[in-house]
Amino acid sequence: MSNIAPLKTEAEQALIAQGSGIAPDRKAAFERFLESGLPHRRVEAYHYTDLRALLKNAPPPAKAGGKVSVTSPLADIDADIITIVDGHYEASLSSTPPKGVTVKMVTTLADDGSAQKSVLSSDPVIALNAAFSDSALDIAIDAKTELVKPLIIRLVTTAAHASYPRVRITVGDHAKAFIVESHEGGVAGSLIDSVLEVRMGDHVVFDHLRLNVVDHAATVLTSFGGAMGKESLCRSHNFIVGGALSRHQIFFRFEGEQSKAEISSASLLNKKQHADSTLVVDHAVPECQSREFFAHVLDDESTGVFQGKIIVRPGAQQTDGKMMSRAIVLEDGATMNNKPELEIFADDVACGHGATVGALDEDLLFYLRARGLPKTEAEALMLQAFVGEALESIEHDGIRDVLEALAEQWLKARSA
Amino acid sequence: MLEIRNLHVAIEDGTKKILNGLNLTIRDGEVAAIMGPNGSGKSTLSYVIAGKDDYEVLDGEILLDGENLLEMEPDARAAAGVFLAFQYPLEIPGVATMTFLKAALNAQRKGRGENELTTPDFMKRVKVGAEKLGIPQDMLKRGLNVGFSGGEKKRMEILQMALLEPSIGILDETDSGLDIDALKIVSEGVNALRSAKRSFLVITHYQRLLNYIVPDTVHVMSKGQIVRTGGKELAFELEANGYADYVTNAAA
Ligand SMILES: Nc1ncnc2c1ncn2[C@@H]1O[C@H](COP(=O)(O)OP(=O)(O)O)[C@@H](O)[C@H]1O
Ligand SMILES: [Mg+2]
Repeated sequence: MSNIAPLKTEAEQALIAQGSGIAPDRKAAFERFLESGLPHRRVEAYHYTDLRALLKNAPPPAKAGGKVSVTSPLADIDADIITIVDGHYEASLSSTPPKGVTVKMVTTLADDGSAQKSVLSSDPVIALNAAFSDSALDIAIDAKTELVKPLIIRLVTTAAHASYPRVRITVGDHAKAFIVESHEGGVAGSLIDSVLEVRMGDHVVFDHLRLNVVDHAATVLTSFGGAMGKESLCRSHNFIVGGALSRHQIFFRFEGEQSKAEISSASLLNKKQHADSTLVVDHAVPECQSREFFAHVLDDESTGVFQGKIIVRPGAQQTDGKMMSRAIVLEDGATMNNKPELEIFADDVACGHGATVGALDEDLLFYLRARGLPKTEAEALMLQAFVGEALESIEHDGIRDVLEALAEQWLKARSA
Repeated sequence: MLEIRNLHVAIEDGTKKILNGLNLTIRDGEVAAIMGPNGSGKSTLSYVIAGKDDYEVLDGEILLDGENLLEMEPDARAAAGVFLAFQYPLEIPGVATMTFLKAALNAQRKGRGENELTTPDFMKRVKVGAEKLGIPQDMLKRGLNVGFSGGEKKRMEILQMALLEPSIGILDETDSGLDIDALKIVSEGVNALRSAKRSFLVITHYQRLLNYIVPDTVHVMSKGQIVRTGGKELAFELEANGYADYVTNAAA
């Protein structure tokens, strides 16, 4: 413990105190965190989301789940439900897993370094989760199982404390599933640092939705790690309206040939919200295709961050990767930071990226207004269309409708 | 009645003047045509009436039934009865034509203090209007104007005009890019809307359109002014002689 950098902030001090009683098997992860402390602007991956400056304090981890009072926006969807309250699995709010699915709480979570080893990078937010999550929810979807209903994992925060939920999913060969992680609840001062790790076999069709409707005063740090076998399809959708400070990470790796990933995201931000979407797509094998589309709507004094990196490993020939970020800035006080990157180590690939930041098109607005639509309504119609592009690949009609309605609500609140 | 008096307009930075003391009166039920060479300011006039804010009005006034349009937002002008069929209708990806039509119709009704239409009533109006203009139903489900041909876009403009029932319809080069069949359909659509209370300002470069939409008055525009006014026969004269006279002599 001699080379520890000086840790000074209130949040860091709180975390050190909380870590003093940490179980021996979590110690290594905690020490990894100690070495770096909270990431700050000189850490490249956190340049635009300086957690040392932005994270004001770190509340103690919740000992047990509190009482859930929020209703999920997805409440009317016919789905299987798993509920995690303040980081703790809540059986009474969870349904019996469908056939072919095994759900298991693993409480003695040996720190096998899996967070660093497999699909997830050596990211400080993930290291923090590894240090403080004293259990993990393991979900195994058997080979050839086709889930008819979405499986919704509700992650509900009820009070001003921290939670570090970890969910590990394995998807067997030829299986098909739609997993939703729905971040709900939250209060001023609450912090959630969640990790969802998914290992997909071959010939899999896997849909993922991450929904963040957390309270506007809360902190949300969430990481999704996916690793996929051959001839599979993964679609990850992200819909972000919540959190004062939020970071949504995706680390995705192709481990089998001829697979495809579609990752899309819509963030609607206002007031002083700061939301970060950070993406690494790792083409480790040849002949895979990835499409990334990130949309931001920024009102008031909000800040959006998109960092996207496509890595093409040596030998990953015939990789086809396209990444796009579009942001609409509605007010001068709002900011968008874009950092798209390609790291290509193979020569026969088709990769590209683009990023646009701008206001709504004035000529289009005039056209709509000349047809009688008041300014805010005309803007809402255009923004709805803009956001719709990020949602259109969601195959589940009911869930897509819910997200469109959430977007509409957001836009209505804006014009009210 | 639309009255435009001594209208002076420059582009926003004020350096380039486009309209130079334009005067024009269109009575209720009148179909007035404006003809003029390219660049004479016809589209600018239509945009200024509709309220586009790229332009700076230096002087003059525009009154619709005595109301000062220049003090109103574009949507309020639409509610007051102004409709502009654009020379280049815009494409709005992701906004279904049907959604747009409903939003426009209801916003305008709201602006006029009328109730929203029920969905069946709205659907019926659109269906009837679209059939008259030969607009297939599946076009209404697509993004507004996205992938429409020039002729389809113009027909869509006329459908919007029919649904919005303006008191003054301004058609900016509605004939451009139309083949003869489309021109007939569009003209019939416009003629069906002619009434004692509704007037039109038909902007065109060619006399051809005026064979189908027969105007009551024809005005020649040059360098941002109306330089000559006459009956429909003036259009034939222009067709025969071209605009050469007006391009060179207008400043005089
Ligand atoms: N927004 C604008 N910015 C700069 N110049 C403009 C703008 N609108 C019109 N103009 C100029 O004003 C003149 C008149 O244009 P316009 O009204 O389009 O004429 P017309 O429709 O008669 O062809 C042209 O010289 C055109 O280039
Ligand atoms: Mg023109």
